[in-house]
Amino acid sequence: MHDITLYVNGIPREVSVPARRLLSDCLRHDLGLTGTHVGCEHGVCGACTVLLDGEPVRSCLTFAVTVAGREITTVEGLATDGRPSPVQRAFAECHGLQCGFCTPGFLCTTTAFLRENPAPTEEEVLEGISGNLCRCTGYQNIIKSVHRAAELLAEEPT
Amino acid sequence: MSTPMGFGRMHRKEDARFIRGRGNYVDDVNLPGMLHGAILRSPHAHARIVSVDTSAALAHPKVRAVITGETLAGLNLAWMPTLSADTQAVLATDKVRFQGQEVAFVVAEDRYSARDALELIDVEYEALDSVIDAKKSLDEDAPLIRDDHEGRADNKIFDWEAGDRAATDALFERAEVTVAQDMLYPRVHPAPLETCGAVADFDKVTGKLTVWCPTQAPHAHRTLYALVAGLPEHKIRVISPDIGGGFGNKVGIYPGYVCAIVGSIVTGKPVKWMEDRSENLMSTSFARDYHMRGEVAATRDGKIQAIRVKVLADHGAFNGTAQPTKFPAGFFGVFTGSYDLQAAHCEVTGVYTNKAPGGVAYACSFRITEAVYLVERMIDVLALELGVDAAELRMKNLLRSEQFPYTSPTGWEYDSGDYQKTLQLAMDMAGYDALRREQAEKRERGELMGIGLSFFTEAVGAGPRKHMDILGLGMADGAELRVHPTGKAVLRVSCQSQGQGHETTFAQIVAAELGISPDDVDVVHGDTDQTPFGLGTYGSRSTPVSGAAAAMVSRKVRERARQVASAMLEASPEDLEWTVSESGGSWTVSGTGVGKTIQEIALAAHSNLELPDGVEGHLDATCVYNPPNLTYPFGAYICVVDVDPGTGQVKVRRFIAVDDCGVRINPMIVEGQVHGGLADGVGMALMQLMAFDEDGNHLGASFMDYLLPTAMECPSWELGETVTPSPHHPIGAKGVGESATVGSPPAVVNAVLDALRPYGVRHADMPLTPAAVWRAIQGNPIRTDLAIT
Repeated sequence: MHDITLYVNGIPREVSVPARRLLSDCLRHDLGLTGTHVGCEHGVCGACTVLLDGEPVRSCLTFAVTVAGREITTVEGLATDGRPSPVQRAFAECHGLQCGFCTPGFLCTTTAFLRENPAPTEEEVLEGISGNLCRCTGYQNIIKSVHRAAELLAEEPT
Repeated sequence: MSTPMGFGRMHRKEDARFIRGRGNYVDDVNLPGMLHGAILRSPHAHARIVSVDTSAALAHPKVRAVITGETLAGLNLAWMPTLSADTQAVLATDKVRFQGQEVAFVVAEDRYSARDALELIDVEYEALDSVIDAKKSLDEDAPLIRDDHEGRADNKIFDWEAGDRAATDALFERAEVTVAQDMLYPRVHPAPLETCGAVADFDKVTGKLTVWCPTQAPHAHRTLYALVAGLPEHKIRVISPDIGGGFGNKVGIYPGYVCAIVGSIVTGKPVKWMEDRSENLMSTSFARDYHMRGEVAATRDGKIQAIRVKVLADHGAFNGTAQPTKFPAGFFGVFTGSYDLQAAHCEVTGVYTNKAPGGVAYACSFRITEAVYLVERMIDVLALELGVDAAELRMKNLLRSEQFPYTSPTGWEYDSGDYQKTLQLAMDMAGYDALRREQAEKRERGELMGIGLSFFTEAVGAGPRKHMDILGLGMADGAELRVHPTGKAVLRVSCQSQGQGHETTFAQIVAAELGISPDDVDVVHGDTDQTPFGLGTYGSRSTPVSGAAAAMVSRKVRERARQVASAMLEASPEDLEWTVSESGGSWTVSGTGVGKTIQEIALAAHSNLELPDGVEGHLDATCVYNPPNLTYPFGAYICVVDVDPGTGQVKVRRFIAVDDCGVRINPMIVEGQVHGGLADGVGMALMQLMAFDEDGNHLGASFMDYLLPTAMECPSWELGETVTPSPHHPIGAKGVGESATVGSPPAVVNAVLDALRPYGVRHADMPLTPAAVWRAIQGNPIRTDLAIT
């Protein structure tokens, strides 16, 4: 077992895990942050996407011990003082989710994507979310949500 | 977006928790002392089990129990009934019959240890020849798969027919033109993003079993558990929490659920079992696998007279499709589609093969997907033969609005339709004539562009109980509505959302009927202890059946409110009229403007106001809705593709979808349902295939092999609508959850084949991957191999 500290959503969390413990399982089952979902466990669907030092990663392909001491943001950490982030608000506003299972992965992916590219083109949005699968929405309203999130972020006080 | 007083666009109530990661899916359930299960699966498609040695697994320090078929046989639980009155092995005892079949179940302290212990179980198999190709399943020398059935000599499950054979054959004999085409609707899997799983908690003290499980039909599960396990039904509680997509994959009971229950009973602890993605794709309910031969008889000037169909249906190793008892081929009998013709006949033969069981899944409306694909491909084949435009041929043969209600040649009563209007709207939106001109110009330059149409009619909302049941359980749905003293309401329904937004739309139904805000209505679903009985959400039946129940129970409440209002207003109930203004619903004394709001009435109903004899007080009501008929949503779809002749790559450039699902409760949600189904259609038509090699090895058991569409493959959907209310549904709604999944695959395939017309390709089977399209261009369009090569 390995004693590690993860900085999850700004809070230091100490946890004792075997070397093979997946970050997704560690977050969900050791730390109780069940907002991160596991859809395939082989890195294709993107539902388990979290932000590692701000960059999107597949938590199902990451061993928890390899990210000791790093900053991790999950869907639970996207809101500020309980208020959903512009990305979260945009998805609800544009009906960018149905069953909600892929949603945390899309929210994390989009958050990082818009930080990198605050005013993306249509093509850039398609490419930005092409690593995440959704089985319900046919993507159109997710694409709309990403554009809307960009607008909302631009309106945020800096 | 403001909240409407009833129908209209409004944001979804459920999103507040989903966007925060606060949904509660089955794998989020965590109980004190909970153990974890894992399933050992067969590596063979067909093999006799010689021995199972679990001693090493049991010696693993974290293992609490190992359950085998033999253990279950001792409890009389080794086999369970399927939803088609066949039996399915929970854990194999005699043979394994498909690759991935359940053989043993390990219960351990954590999931990793449970999976480690699977490696320690030693199973000796004696491999048997397998039946993978359904076309060979009825050969004389085909291995017998179901030797557990006494007296069985072959692999046939059923022969079923519909329509008038003699009349159909007579029309074919006299016909000026006939066309025939073989086609396969290949095996696909719905692949909801959340896999299946369960948490079972048996309390030995109270004798109560609680099962958390993402089921689309919680009440049916409860009753089946009672029948299978012999547990008293009032001691079983099924909780279907938030479901991460279902699409028919989460209707049936899987062996893992039963194993988790047995594991909890054996260990005295809660047991969680979650399958992984490969297990989901290999063992749970697939869809389609229909080998079809369609024939059409027509006049030379393009009037369709008759359709004749033969189907070989591959049901896998156990007949586990979920469908009404009278319809072993689902509602495939609606294969005459949307057309006015004189006679039709179909024969369906269901067979066993050494593949996973299933068949009715993936938003298929009980096999209407296959029927629509068949007829819409056949129309294009006929158009090619006659040398006429596919849209013109459809327009000429579509049923006319004055023919409704229309009884089809196979005996179905279509409730309402205005088909020409819908097709015309789709053609106008597409700019059909301009597209054909563009195509002609491109063909001159050697560029491949295709325009594909599909016009579909579904039969959904099963169904009238005298005709439709699942394992003898009638398909009527209950609803309960409570109105609290302050006028806030709680609706309890039996259906269960997997993303369709019932918490919003069902609140809107009640809101419309009672003249209150949807924000003042809470919808309770997915818990058998909290909701009335009903058959669940599949076959697009939530709105047609449970939605109707929600409207009817609201009307009962409104009538009870009328009685109370009459006491409040000291007026006869007959003198009161129901009005809904911007401020809400009221019972008002006719012609006076004097009235009481529903909130005032609710408070009075709970107060010390003296009520006339026979008026109970309170407004709460219950009802059971038995639909008088199915509902018949329809739509016209047009797909535009560009095909790269060098690589065979298909790009869907445009997709125009005009749906008529009757009255729309929340147009935003309806459009979302259509979007999702259209992406399904693109995926099935171009990408998705459950392939097997000749030994029955599954070749699509991961998302790296079973390809699902991403945002890159989907065009920007162009939606339109017409509204033809259902005449028999209380709010005129027809259901829409499966329309696009049913209607879109033939539009995509027709478009690709239209693009390939310069090569003389009449048909090619799905999925039209670059390799398949390239082969078609080379003159070898029909796939005969089972594997992707």
